[in-house]
Amino acid sequence: MRAPLARRVASSSLFLGLVSLVCAAVLWQLAVTIFPIKSYLLPSPVAIGTAMVIQFPYQAQHAVVTLREVLVGFGLAVLIGIPTAVAITFVPVVEKLFYPILVATQAVPKVAVAPLFLVWFGFGEAPKVAMAVVIAVFPVIVDTAVGLRAIDPDMVRLARSMQAGPFKTFWKVRLPVALPNIFAGLKMAMTFSVIGAVVGEFVAGTSGLGYLIQAATGTLQTTVAFASVVLLSFMGIVLFLIVEAFERIFVSWHPSMDRLY
Amino acid sequence: MMTSHIPVGARAAVEISALQKTFRSVRGSIQALAETSLTVQPGEFLSIVGPSGCGKSTLLSLIAGLDRPSAGTIRIDGQQVSGPHESLGVVFQRDLLFDWRTVLDNVLIQVEMRGLAPKAHAPMARKLLEMVGLQDFHGRYPRELSGGMRQRVSICRALVHNPTLLLMDEPFGALDAISRDRLNVDLDRICSETKKTVIFITHSIAEAVFLGDRVVVMSPRPGRVVADIAIEAPHPRDLSFRETPEFAGYARQVRRIFEAEGVL
Repeated sequence: MRAPLARRVASSSLFLGLVSLVCAAVLWQLAVTIFPIKSYLLPSPVAIGTAMVIQFPYQAQHAVVTLREVLVGFGLAVLIGIPTAVAITFVPVVEKLFYPILVATQAVPKVAVAPLFLVWFGFGEAPKVAMAVVIAVFPVIVDTAVGLRAIDPDMVRLARSMQAGPFKTFWKVRLPVALPNIFAGLKMAMTFSVIGAVVGEFVAGTSGLGYLIQAATGTLQTTVAFASVVLLSFMGIVLFLIVEAFERIFVSWHPSMDRLY
Repeated sequence: MMTSHIPVGARAAVEISALQKTFRSVRGSIQALAETSLTVQPGEFLSIVGPSGCGKSTLLSLIAGLDRPSAGTIRIDGQQVSGPHESLGVVFQRDLLFDWRTVLDNVLIQVEMRGLAPKAHAPMARKLLEMVGLQDFHGRYPRELSGGMRQRVSICRALVHNPTLLLMDEPFGALDAISRDRLNVDLDRICSETKKTVIFITHSIAEAVFLGDRVVVMSPRPGRVVADIAIEAPHPRDLSFRETPEFAGYARQVRRIFEAEGVL
């Protein structure tokens, strides 16, 4: 028998998450009200909420710009990353040529290169998309390659015993086995794409939420900046959950998708 | 259980002559199989029993075309083996089912990989699943099945394309004793009804004698055939066969050979 509705709601992770957020907001509000904190240092949640409502059309305009950059960046990261990972895994020459460069560039903090992108791509959306791609492509390549390599060699023997050629073995065996890892890479890539777009906007932006945050803090309009941060966080979470939803569809069979409790 | 309506088709004959396999690595070479010759008649169930490392799995890989011999030839129906044969079904020690496919789709993967029509083979797949008692599990996923059930699915997978030759490499080794006994009986029944040529590898003397028309005994590494014993008992056999004096006699014969070879 299922537990009564009230108890199920009370123990669901969504409800508890909201409760903890509300508690944090209440504590924040109390702290700002009781202590003499300047509003340009730490605005109150009420002020941020009000700003969000009043400025919504304005913030939304910038949000759409950032969203576009994030999605294009993510899409390109996937289109470049997955074939690269396939090439690295199956073509020894490519692996030997490419992998050392890949490892070396991973060590470079890509955000440090952002100003260079301004020089190369100018203003506009290109440098921001480029930034998003450059950061997001790495987890896609690495996780996809790991997933492709992790195949049980006995599975390949089985496929060969069924007279499967290399393409059939790839589509029907290697790729499904690699999907859990690929999705782990996609989730990170989405998060990184948001970071990349925002950093690109900090450096080269004339629009977008990252630009708005920087411009607002530059004029000590901290409330506006906070409102943009909240909106950006919300966007990042929703995009991440969308990738997770696809993961649930394609990888529902994997033990990693089981509930732990 | 259910009678099968699986057509008794052509059965393969296998000829192995002067087969040898040596594995070379940076640390030197290991001779897995010494000169081995063997013939399997069409429709015959051949058990191969031997200690660990005697090369019996290597032998199976070579027959399956998954590996190349260092010397000697293998012929299936007169044709030399150069790769996995089209009318071959293999059951490995692990079930190797695809977690992302249902039970029925796991059986049909055999057909898909070979470029045949899955729809045409679906009725056969269903019949096979029924023969092993899994008729209610078509739409389930492998993680919902026990080890014994998963291995049954892999047996169905090996039979769905009506192969003329069935190779089985210690298929029940990972199962508990009760499942193993049950699957021995089920396998014996399926093979006697469909009359396929079967080569069955095991390290269990009892299993080899119970299932086989003939038992071939292999020596420790490098493996070679040291005995070839015919088992005169009709099929299908039930577990009471294991309690007969004839069974004990055959098992004793094999045991004595193992003792002479220093295995036991």
